[in-house]
Order: sequence, then C-alpha cells, then structure tokens
Amino acid sequence: MSSVAVIDYGMGNLHSIAKALQYAAPEVKVQIASDADAILRADRVVFPGVGAIRDCMQALNESGLSAVIQNVAKTKPLLGICLGMQALLTDSEENDQTECLGIVSGHVVHFPESSKDSDGNILKIPHMGWNQVHQLKHPLWDNIPQDSRFYFVHSYYARPDVVSVVAATTDYPDAFACALAQDNIFAVQFHPEKSQTAGLQLLKNFLHWDGQV
Amino acid sequence: MGLAKRIIPCLDVDNGRVVKGVKFVDIRDAGDPVEIARRYDREGADEITFLDITATHHNRETMAHVVEQVAGEVFIPLTVGGGIRTLEDIRRMLNAGADKVGINSAAVFNPEFVRGAAQRFGSQCIVVAIDAKKISRPAEENRWEIFTHGGRKSTGIDAVFWAKKMVDYGAGEILLTSMDRDGTREGFDLPLTRAISTAVSVPVIASGGVGNLDHLADGIIEGKADAVLAASIFHFADYSILQAKERMASRGIEVRLP
Repeated sequence: MSSVAVIDYGMGNLHSIAKALQYAAPEVKVQIASDADAILRADRVVFPGVGAIRDCMQALNESGLSAVIQNVAKTKPLLGICLGMQALLTDSEENDQTECLGIVSGHVVHFPESSKDSDGNILKIPHMGWNQVHQLKHPLWDNIPQDSRFYFVHSYYARPDVVSVVAATTDYPDAFACALAQDNIFAVQFHPEKSQTAGLQLLKNFLHWDGQV
Repeated sequence: MGLAKRIIPCLDVDNGRVVKGVKFVDIRDAGDPVEIARRYDREGADEITFLDITATHHNRETMAHVVEQVAGEVFIPLTVGGGIRTLEDIRRMLNAGADKVGINSAAVFNPEFVRGAAQRFGSQCIVVAIDAKKISRPAEENRWEIFTHGGRKSTGIDAVFWAKKMVDYGAGEILLTSMDRDGTREGFDLPLTRAISTAVSVPVIASGGVGNLDHLADGIIEGKADAVLAASIFHFADYSILQAKERMASRGIEVRLP
C-alpha cells in the first residue's frame, strides 16, 4: 500500500486535503504528519498552506520542516498547494519581502492594484473563485479536460525565473503561472481539494505519479 | 474567458435541519442538509453556505457535525455563518471542514474581532456578513444602514462605510444581504449591491430577495456582484443550480458549467 503524508505545520485546513486525497484514492494510506520521520517515510508528500507567508516560513524554520521539505524535494513526488506552492520559490513580496525555500527559482508577487477586467470593472483581489487552467504537457493533467476550471483564492502569485517550469497558466487579467513543475515537484496555486471532479482527478494523478515527466 | 461568477446556494440550518423563513419568521422544513448539499454539488454549485439561524451552543455543535459529513464527500468550498463570535468558534468550524466563516453581529459589536480572525486564520477564510436596510426617503439619495438581530436593530452605521472598514480590517469577502428584500422574492436591492461592490476591492456576494433566475443575472450585471446567494428558490426545487447557470450564461455571464 502506498502512502502520502500531508505536512502539518499549523497553517491551513489539512482535513479538507486529507479527506480529498482519501476520496480520490481509497487504496492509499493518507497521513497528516508534523514529524520529520513520518514525512520522510511516506512515498509522496503534499505541502499545503493558507495564510500569510511570513508566518508560514517562520513555522517551517522553527519546526525544522524546511530541511525536511528540501530533502523531499530531491527524493520523492511533492505536491505544493496554494501557500505551499509560493513557499517553494526564492522569495515573496508579501510581508515586506519574505525569504522562501528557494527550491524553484523565482519570486512571488502581488496582483497589480486597480487593474480592470474586460468589462471595465475593477479586478477584485483576492482572485477568488473558479477560473480556467490552461494546461501544458505534464502527467498530472491526465484525464482532465484542457481549460477545466479550478477553485482559486489568493492575492499573490508565482513568477518563476525559468519559463520551462510553468505547467499551466490562468488569466487574471493577464496570464500568470498557476502550476509549476520541476522534476519530481508539482505545485499549484489553486485548491485541487476544493475543485470537485477536476481537482480530485489531479490528486488521483499525483497519488499514482512516479515523479517522472 | 476568465473567472466565473459564482452561484452559492445557502442552507439555513436549525437543529440539523434545513429551513427557510420569510423575513425570519414562518419557517418551513426543507430537509436534510447533507443530502441537499450533495444535490447542489452534483448540480454544479460553486460553493455552499450553511447558516446557523439560531446559533445556540447546541446548534453550533450540530452544525459542526453537518459540515464534517458534507466535507467528507463534497469537494467545493464550504462557508459557515451564524453565531461565530470567538476565534475558537472559527477554529472549530475550519477543523470540521469549513473553508470560510461568516462573521456578522460579532463584527458590529467588536470590529477588532475581524482583524484578529484575519490575522490568525488569513483573510481568505473571513467573510463579513452585512445586513443592510434602506433608510433614505424616496426623493433622497440612497443610503443604507447596518442592522443586527435579524434586521430588527439599527446600528446607525452607514453600509458603504462599514463594508470598506471591514475590508481594511481583513475581510476577504463581503456577504451583503438586503433586509428589505430578504424572503420577499422580489429580487436583490441592486443599487445597494452596486454601491457596495464598486466601493470595495474584495469580492461581494449579493443576497436577499431572489425569486427567479433573472434576479440572479441582474445581481451580477446590474449589481456588479461577484457571486450570488440564494436559498429558497433552490431548496424547494423551483429551479436547479444548472438552470440558474444556463440562464446566467444566456445573458452573457461567464459561469462554470459541468
């Protein structure tokens, strides 16, 4: 029986993610884990998060989980979700520039204030709701129709240094990288655990992914 | 193509059952919340909101169990409102599987609660619910005030001012209910919706008064709302969520279709 660990560092609604993973793949052992050994023993690791990036990085650094994630990033399939995606980059504009894990080279930036949508209305921030995800080739998109909608809620987004790590884009109003892929790492800005059929399929794909592209 | 406008069915829950009152009286039983949530999810609801209409301690526990059950099989965002007064109330609901909580009266009595909640749990899960009632006379410029206690008590606070203040304090979204229209089936208060939605940077959910599918589309097009919330038109199966989306799409609104 394969296993997946959902990293618990006090940020985010882990139960939703754990429940969605279990529903997507009943045969997989799903575990919420804050302990390094348990995380490193799992076959795959999910790195979730909501809230502010400084609190997130502080919690990771104080608990020693930063080093664990660095290790996982080199050794097994890793799925970053929302703040868990943003934390993988070099740094974030949020909270007056916060240093992040630096696993994927790039920056996290805020949506431009006072942008307009196509009808001339002010673009609301946070970007909240179901938006279309334009997929680029990757096994984690298997069996998910192109441009399917996923549920987003965020005010910052990732701007990777290298365009080849972009695994999908979403328009708000301009295209931004809503999914990143780098070797055995996949990361998404949206919430697959809250994105109904498409989200569950993505989680299922992750739980069967060998980390190869 | 881009971000879809959302349809959010609302389940008014009393002691573990879905009910719907007209202007908070005349309560009719509409069924089992878990079963109804399941149906809305199948029909394509973008989120589901549970409103604890009595908000007693006992009811809150019942609500947490309902959310727990729904969260185990319905994988779309869930919001719980009604009786959220402490950080512990929020933590309890988030742990049960809610993604957001609606704060209403507690925000009016203690705005700092909103700030503390946003700092602790993140703005993304803090919805401030505003119950507004028109106080201007017909010839005057429109003005609305915040009401509490199910629309019975005026606070003297201007609704637009209050919405902006709540966003400054960390609200990630505003759930705006017209107390004049709630339960009437006459449609949203569109000037109110537009006044709030164009005044704040965060998404606004229009609520109160939906009686037919065009009312939903009007809330988006004329009210400039980012999402529309309705209860009774969906509960009694007058219309399905899918029909609502098809009507909105036919009026040029971008929606998420299955």
